[in-house]
Amino acid sequence: MTQQDGKSTTLGVAVIAHGEDEIRVVPRRMVGRWIGAAVVSIAAAWVIYQLVTNPAYDWGTVWHYFLDGTVLQGLWMTLLLTALTMVAGALLGVLLAIMRLSGNPVMTVASTTFIWFFRGTPALVQLIFWFNLATLFPQISLGIPFGGPAFWSASTNALVTPFIAAMLGLGLNEGAYMAEIVRGGILSVDRGQDDAVRALGLRPWQGMRRIVLPQAMRSIIPATGNQTIGMLKYTSLASIVALHELLYSVQTIYNVTFQTIPLLIVASVWYLILTTVLSLAQVKVEQHFSRGERGSASDTRGRWGRLIHAVVTRGSVRHA
Amino acid sequence: MHENSRHASFLEARDLRKSFGSLEVLKGVSLEVARGEVACLLGPSGSGKSTLLRCINHLEVLDSGRITLDSELIGYEKHGEVLREISVRQLCQQRSMIGMVFQNFNLFPHMNVVENIIEAPRLVKGVSRQDSVDRAHELLAMVGLAEKADNYPRQLSGGQQQRVAIARALAMEPKLMLFDEPTSALDPELVGEVLTVMRMLAEQGMTMIVVTHEMAFAREVADTVVFMDDGLVVERGGPDEVLGSPRHERTRSFLARTVRR
Ligand SMILES: Nc1ncnc2c1ncn2[C@@H]1O[C@H](COP(=O)(O)OP(=O)(O)OP(=O)(O)O)[C@@H](O)[C@H]1O
Ligand SMILES: [Mg+2]
Repeated sequence: MTQQDGKSTTLGVAVIAHGEDEIRVVPRRMVGRWIGAAVVSIAAAWVIYQLVTNPAYDWGTVWHYFLDGTVLQGLWMTLLLTALTMVAGALLGVLLAIMRLSGNPVMTVASTTFIWFFRGTPALVQLIFWFNLATLFPQISLGIPFGGPAFWSASTNALVTPFIAAMLGLGLNEGAYMAEIVRGGILSVDRGQDDAVRALGLRPWQGMRRIVLPQAMRSIIPATGNQTIGMLKYTSLASIVALHELLYSVQTIYNVTFQTIPLLIVASVWYLILTTVLSLAQVKVEQHFSRGERGSASDTRGRWGRLIHAVVTRGSVRHA
Repeated sequence: MHENSRHASFLEARDLRKSFGSLEVLKGVSLEVARGEVACLLGPSGSGKSTLLRCINHLEVLDSGRITLDSELIGYEKHGEVLREISVRQLCQQRSMIGMVFQNFNLFPHMNVVENIIEAPRLVKGVSRQDSVDRAHELLAMVGLAEKADNYPRQLSGGQQQRVAIARALAMEPKLMLFDEPTSALDPELVGEVLTVMRMLAEQGMTMIVVTHEMAFAREVADTVVFMDDGLVVERGGPDEVLGSPRHERTRSFLARTVRR
């Protein structure tokens, strides 16, 4: 009887009027929770204390470089690279997923092999590989292969700039991951939709574009959001080929001033700001795509909203 | 020679065989349906009724046998002695002449009722938006859903969704309509409204093949009742014959079980 109202456990002590009786509800004592809270508080206090008192953080330097031109340039490159690799990755992913599901054995094998290779090797290795492509092919030509004439030719070193190497390394890698996300999305669409599409006489690509992909978006969009947040951080790998993105921009500064920690903090704070903004955007987009879906109408706060709500109302987060 | 031109039926399926892996689902099924005829297909679960319907519009590829609709071979072209698979383009053209209604409606959930109906006429037949929308409203009025044009499928009852699905199929002006247990997923009180629409279609002269467990509908509307079991047509005839005085033991025991339900 005392468990009838789930809210009573979140309010500490509640009084439930039950017909003629009044029953006072006293929640379970949660000793473990109190001990946990104490440990966390002490740890948090220590973190804040040393952040303030340790001079090596050099907060003055952090603020000095936070809006520095070099840093902002790096920030812009990070955003540009994230956006372009995600667009390239998404397009490639759709193509690979459709190839894999096409039922054409050549396409399926080609796609599966691509995904196997680019998911199976680290993005960092691929990036360095592309940057050193000139070792393998000093010249890149357009023409008839196997020794035929070339119509156009260029030096690989001139062609594969750090930016192109980063685009190839991160974009192809992302394409392989996006392929699996898109494939999962397509497979999540009810088989009956495909029957209806075919029975009406729609061509396969018409059915894919108009009926299947729009429904697959419901699961593709949230996963793509996660990928974008991940990619924002992965772009820092491009610092290894001297691409002037956020991490490389602070490195160029601390290589001269030796203020390593303060400048890494500058980069970290920017990464945190960007990932936070993206996370909030993701919540909005997810809400948009789940609008009108069964079960979501009553709670429009989204996952984050529910979590924050659960935390600030001191409710238990167990079922959040 | 012109084997099809003389006594050919409108739909003619001859000696259809289909296996899924090692499971033979159709073991040589033949079926003839005349223009304007309503054939009801009965049989126990797993007897191959859905597979037969899906072979007729080539959703499943046959292992052997042939199907002609209005003297046109479905899915293949005759080149001398061999049958060659037709192009995707031609196949889509053929499928668009055969309407199909599914047990689970299979409406497009991200499109409203009118969009569901005009999608195929626009993409497959190239009908203009205005013409296809006008036609959609006519069809919706016919199935009694004129006021639901702007609703999304999830806002409709099962019976209403199935009537939209029928309107969607009719929008392609099909020569033949296939119904695969159109009322089996419906609450009992919603079955009637769908059967009413189907009865009206039959009266308008639509050629229909209906897989159903609704004996009253079969008795009243069907010209022919076909009883299938274990991948074969066991018995066919008028509804009074097959339902009233079945000749085969298997038909009798199936009917006894069904009526008791
Ligand atoms: N795509 C498939 N792959 C493998 N087996 C299948 C497939 N489709 C149907 N079957 C099998 O073929 C048999 C006949 O199926 P079918 O759906 O044609 O029967 P049915 O007469 O329509 O039955 P029900 O009344 O249950 O709908 C069943 O055993 C089924 O499991
Ligand atoms: Mg069936």
